[in-house]
Amino acid sequence: MEKPLTTPLASDKAVVRLINVHKSFNVGQPTEVEVLHGIDLQLHTGEFAAVMGPSGSGKSTLLNIVGLLDRPTQGQLQINGVETTTLDDKALTELRGRSIGFVFQYHHLIGAFSALENVMLPMVGLQGYPTAAIEQRALALIESVGLLKWRDTPASRLSGGQQQRVAVARALIMQPALLLADEPTGNLDTKSADAVFELFRQVNREHGTAVLFVTHNPQLASRCDRTIEVIDGLVPG
Amino acid sequence: MLLGRLQPFEWIVASRFLREGRMQSLFIMLGVAIGVAVIVFMSALLQGLQSNLVRRVLTAQPHIQLLPPKEQVRVQHGVDEALHADRIQAPLQRLKSIDQWQSVLGSVRAMPEVRVASPAVSGSAFIMRGAASRALSLMAVDLALYQQIVNLSEKTVAGRARLDANDILIGTELAADLGVGVGDKLLVQSATGASNYFLISGILDLGNKSANQRSGFVALHSGQSLLGYPGGVTGIDVTVHDVYAADEVAARIEANTHLQADSWIKTNAQFFSAIRSQSTANTAIRFFVGLSVAFGIASVLVVSVVQRSKEIGILRAMGISRSQVMRVFLLQGGLLGLGGSTVGCALGVLALHIWLQMARAPDGTPMFPVTIDVVMLAQALTLATLTGLLAALAPALRAARLDPVVAIRG
Repeated sequence: MEKPLTTPLASDKAVVRLINVHKSFNVGQPTEVEVLHGIDLQLHTGEFAAVMGPSGSGKSTLLNIVGLLDRPTQGQLQINGVETTTLDDKALTELRGRSIGFVFQYHHLIGAFSALENVMLPMVGLQGYPTAAIEQRALALIESVGLLKWRDTPASRLSGGQQQRVAVARALIMQPALLLADEPTGNLDTKSADAVFELFRQVNREHGTAVLFVTHNPQLASRCDRTIEVIDGLVPG
Repeated sequence: MLLGRLQPFEWIVASRFLREGRMQSLFIMLGVAIGVAVIVFMSALLQGLQSNLVRRVLTAQPHIQLLPPKEQVRVQHGVDEALHADRIQAPLQRLKSIDQWQSVLGSVRAMPEVRVASPAVSGSAFIMRGAASRALSLMAVDLALYQQIVNLSEKTVAGRARLDANDILIGTELAADLGVGVGDKLLVQSATGASNYFLISGILDLGNKSANQRSGFVALHSGQSLLGYPGGVTGIDVTVHDVYAADEVAARIEANTHLQADSWIKTNAQFFSAIRSQSTANTAIRFFVGLSVAFGIASVLVVSVVQRSKEIGILRAMGISRSQVMRVFLLQGGLLGLGGSTVGCALGVLALHIWLQMARAPDGTPMFPVTIDVVMLAQALTLATLTGLLAALAPALRAARLDPVVAIRG
C-alpha cells in the first residue's frame, strides 16, 4: 500500500516539547562537561522561533537534540507527542526522516546529484513512495524556490544562495512538522539571506510548519514570532 | 536520469558516488582488472600445461592397476618358545592370478567413479626370429576394453591395432632389431617354456625407446595360455572419471577387494608432487593478488568515507538509516570488484589469445592446448565481486557508525 505524501500535524499538541533537558559530553570522564543545564521549551504548530545566543552557548547542541541527531543526557523530549528518549536508533532515524527537515549553514547538498535530485533524495531514501509522486512534488518545491531553470544543474555548480534554496526545498520534501535551520543565512549576502528567510516564512505561513531558526542576525530574529535566547546552556524565562 | 526509476536508493547513491570520483574509481578498477587478468591468464596457462602433462603421462598407463596381494611371511608363535628368528626372509613374489577376478572385475565396474576396467595378463617371454631373439614384456589384453585405457590405434605406425588369436603388436625398436614388419611371423616363448607363433598385425610407437624395444601385445586368451594362466588374469587396469581422485578410489578398491591397488599418483609420485607444487604456487599467487585487490578497494573506500563524511552526516539527518549507509558502501565495493573483474577477464582472455598466437611449436601447432574455461571466468568474476564486498565491509561499517553531528560539523 502506498504511503501518504503528507505527515499529519497534531495541531492540538506541541510539535516540540523539552522538559528539563540536560546534555553533557565525555560523561564519566574527568573532562565531563555539561552544555545544557535543564532546558524547558515548547514549540507549537505554525510557530516561527528564532534561536539566538553567543557562540558556545549551546544553540547547536539544542538544535541537534531537537533534531534527534543527538540524545539528551537527562530529561524528556517529545516530537509530535512522541517521547523520543526511549526510542532506539532505527525508530529515531525513521521519526527524524518523516517529521523533521534540516537546513544547515553550509547547505551541504550532495554534489553527485542535480538540484532536483537533491530535493528528491530524502523521499527516495525513505522508500515506499511512488516515483512519479516524488518527482512531481520535488518539481513543485524546486519551482517554489525559484530554481526550476536550474533543476538539472549539478548541485556543486549552483551559487551559495541557490544551494541554500535547494536545501530548503529538500528539507520540505517530506512535509515535516518541524523545520530546523542552523544559521542558514550565515554565509549569504544580505539579498540572498533575505530571500532565504522569506522562503522559511512562506513555508511557515502556508503549511503551518514549526520553525526553529538559529541566527546571529537581530534583524532577522525580530521578524520571527518569538526569540529563544540560549545563554550558558539555559533558556531564561 | 532522475532518481528512483526502478532503482533502490542504495544503488543510486553508490553508483553516483563512484561516478563522481571517477578518476579514483577508474584507477582502482584498473588495479582490480590487472589482478584478475593475471589470475585468469596464469590459471588458464597452468591448467593447460598441467592437463597436457597429465594427459601425456596417462595416455600410456591406466589410472589404477590392480594386482594380486603381495605374499607375506607368516611367523608362527607359541609352537616352540625356544625358537627365535633372528631374521625373517622376505618371500619371493610369484606371478599369480587374481582370485575370483571376474567377480572383482564386476564389483570394480559397479563403482560410479570407475570409467573402464580391463583384465590383463602380463609376463616375460622371448621373441625369436631365426637366430635372433629378444626379451619381451608381453601383455595380453581384451583389445576393445584396453583401447579405452591406452589407445593403441593412435600409437600404431604400421599395420593396424588388431588382436585376433594369433596376432601380435610389437614396438618399433623391437621390429627394427628383428628386421620384421607387418604380416611377418614370430615365435614367442614364455618363461614356462610354452610357445606359439604369432603374426605381426601392427607396429607401435609407445613414445619411449625402451618401451618400443621390449613391448608386445597379444589377445587375452592367447596370453593366458602362453603365460600359463588359463582362465586367469594377473592384473586389472582401471581408469576413473576424475584422474586426481585415483588415490582415493584405489584405497577404496584395496579395502573392498584386498588386492594391491596402485594409482598413477602413487606410481608417478614425483611427477604428481611437481603438479601439486605448481597448483600450490598458483593458489598462493591467486591469494596474494586477491589480497592486494582487496586492500586496494578497501583503501579507496576508506578515503571515500573520510571525504564524504559530511554527505553521510546529511544523509543520516535526512532520515537515511545506518544500514542504508552501510549498503551504499558495500555496493561500491561490489561494483568496483565486478567492474574491475569484468575488464580483467576480458584482458586475461585477450592475453591468452595473444600468447596462443605467439607460443607455437616449430611446425606451427600450439605448444600445448589452452582452453578458456567459462566456469573459471565466472569464478573469477564472483570471487572478485565478493572480495570487493568483503573489502568494503570495514569502510562501510565505519560510514554507518559515523555520528551525524560530528560528520556534519566536519
